[in-house]
Amino acid sequence: MKPENIFRKIWNFYAEGFREMGSWGRQVWIIILVKLFIMFVILRLFFFPNFLKSNFETDQDRSNHVLEVLTKSK
Amino acid sequence: MIEIADASLVDWSRAQFALTAMYHWIFVPLTLGITLIIAFMETLYVKTGNEEWKKITKFWMTLFGINFAIGVATGIILEFEFGTNWSNYSWFVGDIFGAPLAIEGILAFFMESTFIAIMFFGWNKVGKKTHLLATWLTAIGANLSALWILVANGWMQHPVGMKFNPETARNEMENFWEVLFSQTAVDKWLHATSSGFVLASVFVIGVSAWYLLKKRELLLAKKSILIASVFGLLSSLYLVMTGDNSTRTIANDQTMKFAALEGLYNGSEGAGLVAVGLFSSSETDPSNENLKDFNLKIEIPNILSYMAFLDWDAFVPGVNDLINGNEKYGILSYYERIKRGKVAIEKLTRFKEAQKNKETQLANSLKAELTSKDFQENYFRYFGYGYFEDPHDLIPNIPLTFYSFHTMVGLGFFFILLFIFSLVFILKDTFDQKRWFMRLAIISIPLAYIASQAGWIVAEVGRQPWVVQDLMPTLSAVTRISAGSVQTTFWLFAVLFTVLLIAELKIMFRQIKIGPKH
Repeated sequence: MKPENIFRKIWNFYAEGFREMGSWGRQVWIIILVKLFIMFVILRLFFFPNFLKSNFETDQDRSNHVLEVLTKSK
Repeated sequence: MIEIADASLVDWSRAQFALTAMYHWIFVPLTLGITLIIAFMETLYVKTGNEEWKKITKFWMTLFGINFAIGVATGIILEFEFGTNWSNYSWFVGDIFGAPLAIEGILAFFMESTFIAIMFFGWNKVGKKTHLLATWLTAIGANLSALWILVANGWMQHPVGMKFNPETARNEMENFWEVLFSQTAVDKWLHATSSGFVLASVFVIGVSAWYLLKKRELLLAKKSILIASVFGLLSSLYLVMTGDNSTRTIANDQTMKFAALEGLYNGSEGAGLVAVGLFSSSETDPSNENLKDFNLKIEIPNILSYMAFLDWDAFVPGVNDLINGNEKYGILSYYERIKRGKVAIEKLTRFKEAQKNKETQLANSLKAELTSKDFQENYFRYFGYGYFEDPHDLIPNIPLTFYSFHTMVGLGFFFILLFIFSLVFILKDTFDQKRWFMRLAIISIPLAYIASQAGWIVAEVGRQPWVVQDLMPTLSAVTRISAGSVQTTFWLFAVLFTVLLIAELKIMFRQIKIGPKH
């Protein structure tokens, strides 16, 4: 008989693990997925843009901005 | 575009970061400690072949799984905040902060996705020894992940191994090993991880005590208490050692924080340790509302000097010595530091102007001056002081730092007693006859969380106003966005975190009520 492919083995390992999970496991997975959605889709996109990346095009512009802040925040 | 950061923006940004970090830290210490306790339990199962140990291991693994799942990725929000709310800081620290965080991210991802999966899904699918190895690697991996975060934090508390590049406005790493093995970083890692071991031990004893009180799962509870009280006692003693080392490092590198955590206003030789203290509402110094009189103070002579410098008669500087300087002990006043900081900022401003005006020769000569060893050691190291006019603004919140420090230390010693009594009672097989002690063990669980959070308050509030010690204060680190938008996300987080915490507690309590599967 042909030995099972290693990737298939890994896939089956995770798939069976999730299938056989207890009720608490399923509940925490729902929480994890909802949390990741809120964090990466809602918070990251709408509330937490990277200020320097979204306002300045090059590293030189970013350096100039920070230098400006550092020398004027007195 | 550039505005002076107003106090409400700085305060809301700090409050938001504190909320996120404290919420994240609810989950981390239990993971650090309970994974090791589980590994010990599973080792006993593999060594003895006793199925009872397997049942115990699987039960605590379930509670670890709930804690881990709710806490996972909560730290990533801190990284969002670096980019949005603390962009000047993120740029200024450059790769020194980025490198350890990247290592942590990669390590955590591979350790967690691989070994935790084997831990939970691998029973009956991999061999006993392979499973045990995965459990140990999960425990070791979790603690190694913490190392990188604490190296980054340690650098903020005591920046070493880097040089500031005025052209890019970034600090560039010169010596990775100096950053990694800085005394502050090593102390922080050892102290924070061992505090997690103590918290997890208290958690295991507390939950087991609840079973004994309910007269359920007696064997599981007693065996768990035995393991947790031995592990907790050893960890507590180690925690005292690492705390003692940390104290000495702070006394040398963060003198104002050290004075604040002991409420020491005027330094002295043979300084005493305030074991118990209560601040009054009146100020000793009208120029700063932080400097409150003590209403009640129980002081042990000479101990503070010994703690700080291993010399009973050593001089320990107080807040006023740092503000006004002390020639006899070679302490440079904050007035002088402010002057030198202003010189450093002025030179950086001139360099920036010269670059802007394309005066290449002048810019090159200013850059050479800025990066010279002499200027770095005598002026640039005080760069952050230049943003202040009044040295009293450089004093952290003393009552909060003092109370947090004393709460942490007091509870730390209480836990040593808890572990000793737990061990004695469990060895004499009288634990389940002492209802008062079982109740005390349950109440101790929230106390362990309070002690753990108090430790971080000491570390972070005590070093204010610095984000990077002596180099960058919060007011120049914060992004100039509207305070209103920071308030919005603060409340958004407060709601989100509260909901998640309630969800965790509900699932955790239900699982404890169900108990191990028979």
